[in-house]
Amino acid sequence: MSPILIIEQVLNGLQFGVMLFLMAAGLTLIFGVMGLINLAHGSLYMVGAFAAAGVAAATGSFLMALVAAMAAAALAGALVELAVIRRLYDKDHLDQVLATFALILIFSEGTRWLFGSFPLFLDIPDALAGPVTLPGGIQYPLYRLVLIGAGLAVAALLGLLIGRTRLGIRIRAGENDREMIAALGVDISKLYTLVFALGAALAGLAGALVGAIQSVQVGMGEPVLILAFVVIVIGGIGSIRGALVGALLVGLTDTLGGIFLPELFKLVMAPAAATSAGASLASMSIYILMGAVLIWRPTGLFGARA
Amino acid sequence: MTRERLFNALLLAGLVLVPLAAQAADEPFTITLATRAVILALAAVGLNIALGLGGLVSLGHAAFFGIGGYAMGILASHAQSYAPLAEWPILIEGTKSMPVIWLVAILASGLAALVIGALSLRTSGVYFIMITLAFGQMFFFFTISWAAYGGEDGLSIYVRNGFPGLNTLAPLPFYGLCLVLLCAALWLFDRLAKSPFGLALGAARQVPARVAAVGLDPTRLRLVAFVISGAITGLAGALFADLNRFVSPAMLSWQMSGEIMVLVILGGVGRLFGPVAGAVVYVTLEHLLGGITEFWHIFLGLILLGIVLFARGGIVGLVAGRGGGHD
Repeated sequence: MSPILIIEQVLNGLQFGVMLFLMAAGLTLIFGVMGLINLAHGSLYMVGAFAAAGVAAATGSFLMALVAAMAAAALAGALVELAVIRRLYDKDHLDQVLATFALILIFSEGTRWLFGSFPLFLDIPDALAGPVTLPGGIQYPLYRLVLIGAGLAVAALLGLLIGRTRLGIRIRAGENDREMIAALGVDISKLYTLVFALGAALAGLAGALVGAIQSVQVGMGEPVLILAFVVIVIGGIGSIRGALVGALLVGLTDTLGGIFLPELFKLVMAPAAATSAGASLASMSIYILMGAVLIWRPTGLFGARA
Repeated sequence: MTRERLFNALLLAGLVLVPLAAQAADEPFTITLATRAVILALAAVGLNIALGLGGLVSLGHAAFFGIGGYAMGILASHAQSYAPLAEWPILIEGTKSMPVIWLVAILASGLAALVIGALSLRTSGVYFIMITLAFGQMFFFFTISWAAYGGEDGLSIYVRNGFPGLNTLAPLPFYGLCLVLLCAALWLFDRLAKSPFGLALGAARQVPARVAAVGLDPTRLRLVAFVISGAITGLAGALFADLNRFVSPAMLSWQMSGEIMVLVILGGVGRLFGPVAGAVVYVTLEHLLGGITEFWHIFLGLILLGIVLFARGGIVGLVAGRGGGHD
């Protein structure tokens, strides 16, 4: 186990973590402002990835593909909000779960019907392909470094948006007291559509960015969605900062656990048994992390105290 | 007799008569479909205890369904390969006997529900939904990486397990067993709902603070409900694995959790026969629409949306009107 491998894996974990953050940020924003649990968030991730793959194939431009991914996901999000989601704000969580589960079925089967079951591929642009040499002689894929940078930049922009702009003020006010800001003349339903579209655009961006290193296929959104749930449970629902910390924790735990647990088990067990036991434990590690956080703080690291 | 009781009686009569008619008409496939509906209904009756009586929106019940399935798969695979499960400290052999498998399935899934419930019930509301979903995923990934029992490919059992005095290989006796277990679970649900425990649980769903004020512990009530709920769903999982003679991680997938929940909502949350009506309609739709288009889930999604937005109370609610169940 060399230090180079460790640094590589830490970078992989960070990359995974910031992509999870893009998903979790939208989810936690939507929950914080509208009080809605949105299972269909993974479908918007998928919409982004398919839009990016389609536009990249047509135009050959990766930047266009990213713009298309965000636009398509935001549009799909806004349409879904207008047609279905806004009827759910006053209903209980069970109805929200069910209706958004129904949306997943419609999105997934609809996409399968349009694009078929075979995965599409989205290529990394030439300028970002290939490895770079980091200080210390570590070879690392440039694209993954760009993902880390892009994710952190989005996190910073989101922080500025929420903390420093008029829209951010309204979003925070909406989290605290929706009747009051409606009484102050803010069009609350327009604000909700906007927040939902913003969350959807973040999910679409994540889908397109990750789509370039994995295959673009139906059902790609749900595993990420569930991990994003774990992230916001750990971070505390409604907290963007919690989402960032939670995402990095989950990303690092998942990646490092998969590498180091089998090695750790080899110290005390036969190699074959250690590999399988380590792999089993590693696949459960983030949920164990979640359980531990819950025992310690039932509302998450940055959640409001109950 | 209220309309709901009449509906329940008709539904039960249908469950007895349709497979008998199918047997007479020599259409074993219809019996297999009915068996599938009855087993899914049993799983949903389990969830209905947590969801309907306790108000606990668990999106992780596929874990219990799958644990029941794997209890059957593991015991039967050891029996079919004549390799003991454990030799130390005591010799444990595999088994092909249904009653033993059912008992193990109930105990294992109940134990899992105790652990998951004890952790998840520290929270409530939307946290509870996400956490049960996440724990469900944890078991899903565990079975995928569990190479000793087939990993991602799952486990095949070549011959259906036996029940003393019955030929379980024939469709009708196996259907009968499943139906008897479903009726037992419905009886238990009814007794629970009317018992002091059930009343306290319902009160804890509506106003937890008052329940706590009269000296009952809402969390403990919910935990007991969650464990019973998980154990029944686990039993259904063992039967489901026996029906297919196959168990795989797909039984623990989050879609399975969603489907079990859909059955409850489709039929009517908190209604005694809600899960049964939901399962019968679901399996019928799956068979009919699935024959027309492979994209039948789109229609299922639209129907679900319609129910959530316009027809709260599900099928039983539509038939029987309001009252009895709850939102």
